[in-house]
Amino acid sequence: MNNTDLKTQLIADFRTAEGRMNGEAKSAVHQVRQQALERFDKLGFPTIRHEEWKYSNVKNLVNQAFDFNAVTNFSAKDLEEMPIPNLEGNILYFINGIYNTELSTIVSPMSELQILTFAEAAKTQPALVEQYFNKYSDYQDNAFTALNTAFAQNGVFVHVPDNKVVAQPIILRFISDARTLNVASQPRNLIVVGKRSEVQIAESFRSFGKNASFTNAVTEFVVGEEANVHYYKVQNESDKSYHIGTTSVLQAGKSVFTANTVTANGGFVRNNLNIKIDGEYAEANMFGLYIPNGKQHIDNHTAVDHAKPNSNSNELYKGILKGKSTGVFNGKIFVRQDAQKTNAFQSCKNVLLSEDASMNTKPQLEIWADDVKCSHGTTTGQLNDDALFYMQARGISKDSARALLTLAFAQDVIDKFEIVAIKEYLQALIEEKIYQG
Amino acid sequence: MLKISNLQAKIGEKEILKGLNLEVKAGEVHAIMGPNGAGKSTLASVLAGRDTYEVTGGEVDFEGQDLLDLAPEERAALGVFLAFQYPVEIPGVSTTNFLKTAVNEMRKYRGEEAMDAVQFLKMFKEKMKIVNIDQSLLNRSLNEGFSGGEKKRNEIFQMAVLNPKLAILDETDSGLDIDALRIVAEGVNKLKSPDNATIVITHYQRLLDFIVPDFVHVLYKGRIVKSGTKELALELEERGYDWIKEELGETV
Ligand SMILES: Nc1ncnc2c1ncn2[C@@H]1O[C@H](COP(=O)(O)OP(=O)(O)OP(=O)(O)O)[C@@H](O)[C@H]1O
Ligand SMILES: [Mg+2]
Repeated sequence: MNNTDLKTQLIADFRTAEGRMNGEAKSAVHQVRQQALERFDKLGFPTIRHEEWKYSNVKNLVNQAFDFNAVTNFSAKDLEEMPIPNLEGNILYFINGIYNTELSTIVSPMSELQILTFAEAAKTQPALVEQYFNKYSDYQDNAFTALNTAFAQNGVFVHVPDNKVVAQPIILRFISDARTLNVASQPRNLIVVGKRSEVQIAESFRSFGKNASFTNAVTEFVVGEEANVHYYKVQNESDKSYHIGTTSVLQAGKSVFTANTVTANGGFVRNNLNIKIDGEYAEANMFGLYIPNGKQHIDNHTAVDHAKPNSNSNELYKGILKGKSTGVFNGKIFVRQDAQKTNAFQSCKNVLLSEDASMNTKPQLEIWADDVKCSHGTTTGQLNDDALFYMQARGISKDSARALLTLAFAQDVIDKFEIVAIKEYLQALIEEKIYQG
Repeated sequence: MLKISNLQAKIGEKEILKGLNLEVKAGEVHAIMGPNGAGKSTLASVLAGRDTYEVTGGEVDFEGQDLLDLAPEERAALGVFLAFQYPVEIPGVSTTNFLKTAVNEMRKYRGEEAMDAVQFLKMFKEKMKIVNIDQSLLNRSLNEGFSGGEKKRNEIFQMAVLNPKLAILDETDSGLDIDALRIVAEGVNKLKSPDNATIVITHYQRLLDFIVPDFVHVLYKGRIVKSGTKELALELEERGYDWIKEELGETV
């Protein structure tokens, strides 16, 4: 199958799905879908000639066939093979994109929080969904976002009203069941957090089985004034997985949004994190960790748009690259003319554990205001020889010393996880990957 | 215990050790003095196994084993300890975690059982007293942001924990205030036994008032050019190194 074929297949799928709709085909949400499909049709999948995709070639992805509507018999028993021990909270399972009621649990009271599948919300609360849907994730120049928008159906709609501190975290587990064939899913999540409310949301991606999987995810956050949102994205997919994910965030004044993106494993990964700070005295934090090995490719594109004065953004991404893996970091900071007194810090640090691994880093700063503090720095290097020798001189073998130093390098990002079960899960995953050699 | 014969080592094209001989027996304390750049730290590093130095000749026998054949971690497991002139900062690894790993890796190498958390706690408490070091320091990332003196004290704490047969202290006294110097020296003395030996590298005779050496050597231009007893250190303190250079026939 070639580029055009996957595209043709998707467009045909869209028409079929549309044909099965009743009244919904006329809804505002569906009109957005139609426009997005048109846009996708125009854009086509990006090639490396596209500046944003220069180092991430999706050729292998678009040359494969995937079943976007795979039926699966994934069961609680299968789930036992991919435990996250001691996980508590609102846990929602999506298997090949489809919400699985039996496996899922929602514990938070309705007064704190409303969780609906995206499809349900589009039907039962069209006004609320319309108000926020696709307002912040621009698909004009991103074919994958356009594609996701066209098929927006699976995923969740989370609404936290004003003045609520949601006690239990929301954990969205997306599992690609690729045991029998190549599967694809396109989760679409919309999370609206009211004024002065607090919530923790984790997205965990996992693939299962020997075939290829493709996840094209879009998550939108609307963060109200003085709200505080912790967002975690944890990726542990197979070497045959393709993951394109976009998280778009709109922050109001005095809000705090913290994103932690950890890619423990994945074949081909592209994460876009776009934050627009549209209010004063807000704070955006972006932390990331990626550990590719073998032939894995992990690309993180982040963009923070300071549109109003007096806000801060803080970014730290760390990479540990092994084997013949490749990594990309592209960090954009925009400070608009109005956004005086902005503080924006960005740092990306990488350790290459093999001579064949490589990392591409590109900070991009566009600063239009004159009274701002911005700094950025990227480093790519090896483990410190002096430190290795010091450890060996204390009886620690070279391999252990390397692993210990590598883990220490990653630790501060892992420590930022406040959901204990997820932190412990990650810690184990990362240690395993580091000690794998 | 340690017999160094005709040791030669270079870094890049630069020869640093040029035929060095030294013998250290169990129970002894040896002091090595010598001008800056003479090769003292190089000797210490070569003994510990740093591979940036290329050994081009000579032998080092440590308790019947050819030390130069072993990896640094093997030397450590056999009981060689180097207190670094410039201890390395290791962000993200606490001293206690570091030492637990070190102790258990060495025990594994020697075929001994691993120590558990309770045993460590007890052992660390005992050893902390010896060098008067604070728990809070040990919980921090190893050497990161430690003051010069704290780093040196931490080296001796590690020595106490690892209980080496041969300890090489490279300018452990520099950067210590008078009280710390006394504490560190007392620590070293407490760890002394008829079965182990110590090599102290120093520029100052003052340290040798606390750690009394059996022998004092002068290392100059990559060789031991003069050996004596502790009186030699006093003489060096008074007269500097010129007279030694003159003895060697160099014009000063
Ligand atoms: N990595 C290196 N690269 C180049 N030259 C080196 C290196 N390490 C040591 N040297 C040189 O080797 C010589 C001996 O250095 P060494 O550190 O052993 O001296 P030292 O006797 O310990 O001096 P000090 O009293 O100042 O500590 C010096 O001239 C030094 O510059
Ligand atoms: Mg020195």
